[in-house]
Amino acid sequence: MHRNGSFRFELSGTLAVAALMGVAGYAVFFLAPTERTMGEIQRIFYFHVASAWTAFLAFFIVFVANLNYLMRRRPVWDQLAVAAAEVGIAFCTVVLLTGPIWAKPVWGIWWTWDARLTSTFVLWLLYVGYLLLRSLVEDPGRRAVTSAVFGIFAFLDVPIVYMSIRWWRTQHPEPVIAGGEGSGLDPTMWRVLLVCLMAMVALLVLLLRQRFRLEQLRGKLEELRLHIGAKPTPRF
Amino acid sequence: MSAEIASVATAGPTRSQTVGVSLRLEQVSKRYGLLYALRDLSLQIRAGEFVLLLGPNGCGKTTLLRVAARLSQPTSGRVVLEGVASETTASMRTVGYVGHQTLLYDELTGAENLRFFARLYGIHSEPLLEEWLRAAELWLRRNDLVRTYSRGMRQRLSIARALLHDPGLILLDEPTTGLDQSGLAWLGGALARLKQQGKTIVASTHSREALAELATRCVTLAAGTVVSDTQSQHSAQQ
Amino acid sequence: MGIGAATYWILAKELRTELRTRELLHTTVVFVLLVVVLFSFTFEPTREESRRYGPGLLWLALLFAGSLMLQPAFIREQNNDTLSALRLAPIASLAIFLGKALASFVFLTVAELFLLPIFAALYGVAILPVLGEILVVLALGTLGMVTTGTVFAAIGVQARMRELLLPLLLLPLLVPVLIASVSATASLLALEPSMDWTAMKFLIGFDVIYLAASALLFEFLLED
Repeated sequence: MHRNGSFRFELSGTLAVAALMGVAGYAVFFLAPTERTMGEIQRIFYFHVASAWTAFLAFFIVFVANLNYLMRRRPVWDQLAVAAAEVGIAFCTVVLLTGPIWAKPVWGIWWTWDARLTSTFVLWLLYVGYLLLRSLVEDPGRRAVTSAVFGIFAFLDVPIVYMSIRWWRTQHPEPVIAGGEGSGLDPTMWRVLLVCLMAMVALLVLLLRQRFRLEQLRGKLEELRLHIGAKPTPRF
Repeated sequence: MSAEIASVATAGPTRSQTVGVSLRLEQVSKRYGLLYALRDLSLQIRAGEFVLLLGPNGCGKTTLLRVAARLSQPTSGRVVLEGVASETTASMRTVGYVGHQTLLYDELTGAENLRFFARLYGIHSEPLLEEWLRAAELWLRRNDLVRTYSRGMRQRLSIARALLHDPGLILLDEPTTGLDQSGLAWLGGALARLKQQGKTIVASTHSREALAELATRCVTLAAGTVVSDTQSQHSAQQ
Repeated sequence: MGIGAATYWILAKELRTELRTRELLHTTVVFVLLVVVLFSFTFEPTREESRRYGPGLLWLALLFAGSLMLQPAFIREQNNDTLSALRLAPIASLAIFLGKALASFVFLTVAELFLLPIFAALYGVAILPVLGEILVVLALGTLGMVTTGTVFAAIGVQARMRELLLPLLLLPLLVPVLIASVSATASLLALEPSMDWTAMKFLIGFDVIYLAASALLFEFLLED
């Protein structure tokens, strides 16, 4: 009964996110105006930027979970951290893939060492390191503590990396879109971007929830195994 | 602070100022991943007792000693050292820990090792160090690197390191391992003297014979819990 | 016992050990030297080109050397479980961190002092006129490296593949240090030497942020 209800809730949630993604897709391809200089390819911008912001949100969740784990020592915070890190890397990968697809026709090159793209790449490397570290520490308690400390160090690095690259490495002109104040994004474009962002965040919540629950089930399974396996055997 | 240091400084290996400390473990569990090293273990050790921890390898002896020394945080349960006011670092003064490994720097000499750890405890008395080096029968080899020491010499230095600051509770993890007859005799003598001073001693071993004569109590562990706890016949007069 | 005194004793112990074995110093110096020589084969080391690539080369060599040296420096405390002895002593865990990090700072600085004249001679860069400034840049960059590196070494000792893991965790984090240090060094080695104050402030900021984070978080890594 309960399980059935939860399944129905699960299904309707997934369908809602799918519908939202559909709306976002429709908005991007049919509602957003075609950009004057870049043409159709510019439409990738909506997914690119929305994924980037969503990835940052995910890594922020990792950071908050890391802090909470160190202060409270509840396994749920560790489970949330790993779930958010994995989902964040997925969104980050989307950013890194859509970037070159967009850059090639517009700038004529696959990759530019521009501040945003490069710092996203460094960010991606940091969180891949986070998962790598987790896979190399055996004991769950140690794994949670060490990866929490590393996660906090990595998150502190994000703005520093961005600033360093922006100040010293960006030889290219300001990115055409969303380059700060004065880049003047069309109001319709803004609205489409917001819809896209909502869809991406909804997707994040959905994936995060699934991944988190999987991690929780894993934890419970470990507990059960422990319960069966490690019963003290009387020797006397 | 300075008075405290002075009192420790005058306390040589034979003149102890600290009395034994009692140790109480309340439903202590320690988990490493899927494994319980200790499981709901409760144990009360009174001041001045000499407890022998017995049991097969992997039964939780080392974990128990590390938890008692506060090197490990129990997953659940409580460790209480009585005679210790609070959980400050000063309370650590009361624990002397001899680990399975030597806890010594191989690339320093015997004297340098002792001096380094003495400094960390705020002890600056050279005569005290000399007394300990002589007690450990290492005075003549004091300027040789620990790397060149035999197992027995390392063990003696390791025990001297653990006792430098005159702790009330002494925890020894398998202190008899790898010792020859003379090494065992030295260890027996040292522990007998500590017992006489009223120190609380907990030593793990898998060979009951070596220290059985000194022990007042034998606690046997299996799978992280106490399975037998007997007062030994030697403790009848206690 | 005060943090200062405890840090001093740990640092002194580290230096004494290293003076005796010279393991870390020798391997680090030889490694940086090797990298500097190998780099000369990857481009035409004329004066012009050297000025362009030299600073980056220097810092990459140092970064790699640091990320290789910091793990063994920490593992020393694990060989005989001396870390437990340090934790039993009535000293703050911050003192353990500071002692280890300062020792690594000294080792790396010695390696840098050795490397600098050789680098200058091989690539024909004029270092003497800006020696003081270069040393400050080296000190700030090295401080950032050993601060984060010592924390990550304490993480690494609890993992498998630790020697390989440390560079993987440390190098992406040090990207800002690399960028700022290279920029500062490049302006000092330019035809008309100048001080890149933005880079200096940036390095100081990095060092302060991570020193604070390390001071707060290091003790979590020691507990068992």
